[in-house]
Amino acid sequence: MSGENHITEVGGTGVPIPGDDIDTDQILPARFMKEVTFDNMADYLFYDARRDDGEFNDHPLNRFDGASIAVINSNFGCGSSREHAPQAMMRWGVDGIVGESYAEIFRDNCKSLGIPAVTTDHETVVELQEWIEDNPDGEIDIDVENEEVSYGDTTIDVEIDDAMKEALVEGIWDTTALMYSNRSKVEETTADLPYVEGDD
Amino acid sequence: MSNGTLYDKVWEKHKVAELPSGQDQLFIGLHLVHEVTSPQAFGMLRERDLDVAYPNQTFATTDHIAPTEAEKRERPLTDEQSEEMLSALERNTSENGITFFGFESGKQGITHVVAPELGLSQPGMTVACGDSHTATHGAFGSIGVGIGTSQIRDVLATGCIAADKQNVRRINVEGELGEGVYAKDIILKIIQDLGVDGGVGHVYEYSGPAIEALDMEGRLAVCNMSIEGGARAGYINPDETTYEYLQGREYVPEGEAFEERKEYWESVKSDDDAEYDDVVTVDADDIDPLLTWGINPGQVIEITDSVPHPEDFEARTDREAAEQALDHMDIEPGQSMLGYDVDVAFLGTCTNGRVTDFAEAAKILEGHTVDDDVRALAVPGSETVREECEARGIDETFINAGFQWRRAGCSMCLAMNDDSLEGDEVCASSSNRNFIGRQGSKEGRTVLMSPAMVAAAAVEGEVADAREFLSDDPAGGASGVEEAAD
Repeated sequence: MSGENHITEVGGTGVPIPGDDIDTDQILPARFMKEVTFDNMADYLFYDARRDDGEFNDHPLNRFDGASIAVINSNFGCGSSREHAPQAMMRWGVDGIVGESYAEIFRDNCKSLGIPAVTTDHETVVELQEWIEDNPDGEIDIDVENEEVSYGDTTIDVEIDDAMKEALVEGIWDTTALMYSNRSKVEETTADLPYVEGDD
Repeated sequence: MSNGTLYDKVWEKHKVAELPSGQDQLFIGLHLVHEVTSPQAFGMLRERDLDVAYPNQTFATTDHIAPTEAEKRERPLTDEQSEEMLSALERNTSENGITFFGFESGKQGITHVVAPELGLSQPGMTVACGDSHTATHGAFGSIGVGIGTSQIRDVLATGCIAADKQNVRRINVEGELGEGVYAKDIILKIIQDLGVDGGVGHVYEYSGPAIEALDMEGRLAVCNMSIEGGARAGYINPDETTYEYLQGREYVPEGEAFEERKEYWESVKSDDDAEYDDVVTVDADDIDPLLTWGINPGQVIEITDSVPHPEDFEARTDREAAEQALDHMDIEPGQSMLGYDVDVAFLGTCTNGRVTDFAEAAKILEGHTVDDDVRALAVPGSETVREECEARGIDETFINAGFQWRRAGCSMCLAMNDDSLEGDEVCASSSNRNFIGRQGSKEGRTVLMSPAMVAAAAVEGEVADAREFLSDDPAGGASGVEEAAD
């Protein structure tokens, strides 16, 4: 990482979270959204899936504590738009995600939070997930700029959505200030919309 | 790339600038706010000392945590966390000059029910809300997108989101629906055909005779579940049905102003020769009622079909999902869903919590009673819906049948209030998601279906074909219906 907002590279040990179509209700069950801040969300990450009869089970998040790179399968984060889900992952320690594919709102939320979410094919993902199982202390690096992931002796090419890459590398993933600076252009746009009355 | 579609036109009209990331800065004309996903965003605004840029384009109500039992709606709410969320929303909206439809307003309800019925949702708009079911508003011919909390901060502070323009897939729904088959069945059919991630990267334009024949409530139900098909937005071109619905609603201009506005609405319709990235046809002619058998909204069958074998699916991911679904639902491949035991019947939500939904279900319930072993909840999508149902006497039908007639909220769709499944209860539900744990219990089981099918399941205590209740049989039902008309 270079500079405050520039995210060119993230790394650390990995955690495999296998399964397709993992929805945000699983990642962060709705009953834990009754808080007005995101501060405690890490405590609720995959709350139900990680427990049997109230006790921690062998869910990967229980076995790979301290991991920074989550490795997921296809259509991860589908369903509800709740940012609580990637917030919980981030606060638990996830700095980057490698996977087959993401639901769009989830990916957008990752971008808003500065979490690179890169993709590769099924076989490559499964190999990486197995490698983590065998190498729980092994380092995984996501090179956002060069679209590469390296672990052990292996380096793989990955893909990252153009806008996400640009935003992370250039450090412009927090879009509020950027869009705020276009206030006058917004006024021009709204002037042509018959349903928008001037807000004074 | 698409060209000349409603999506292209509305996008262009709302595009403010191209951002350095390559995304577009898109103006949001209607921002809907609720208590769960907004407090953190208002907090971020305070941290940055920013004001709400367009309070007049912003409307709030409370839905997710809203208690649905009348006595539990007195303040302060007994649930401390719910009270804190509701208080925060009241404070945030009043400090920022945002209209808030609270319990006392008489207009409280689910954002996606309230905004359409008040005429806030109109053709040619961009609509955003921190809720994935914002696609609902596309029923009017608008672009409705669900956003995360950081994007809510963006909309509050700038009136805009940073967004990628999507591909447009036109879905022609051919045919005519038979009696006892509804909009809900159409969208379940579409998701069955195209899959839960089939819409990723796309917005869906729903068209064709089966769509055009739907009333606005039906169109809202179809667009609502776009997200369950992986599409972030879905829309239907506006037509006379749309304009008739809008006329006379609170936030819709009247008289000459209405005609002027209508010119704008007409101007954003997809051109006859519009170009689409993709066109698919879905045959809804004579489909049977559909329902889910599994744990995602794409695991769907027609009621006359049997539960599939995992091997029936080509894709590895679908086979694995099927195995997991069979296990969770405790069903066998090849079995019929007819007769599947039901413990709870839940009618409501942003998908099917509108007056026509309750009216259709009431037709099934007339002269019947809810099975003794079934807990049945009717939860209007808004207080406006509740009042209209009560004015028409629809509530009486529900109450007489043994349903609990509740106040408005999201309720058991996601169980953020007191309405929740317990243990491994099976719920016949008119909601939109059958994910594991969605209805409040990790062992709970959800079967998604139309409101009429929920009513039939409530009466039978098991999954049943609602059409058997609609036959001309003077006994008021078909074979197997024990509680005949009294």
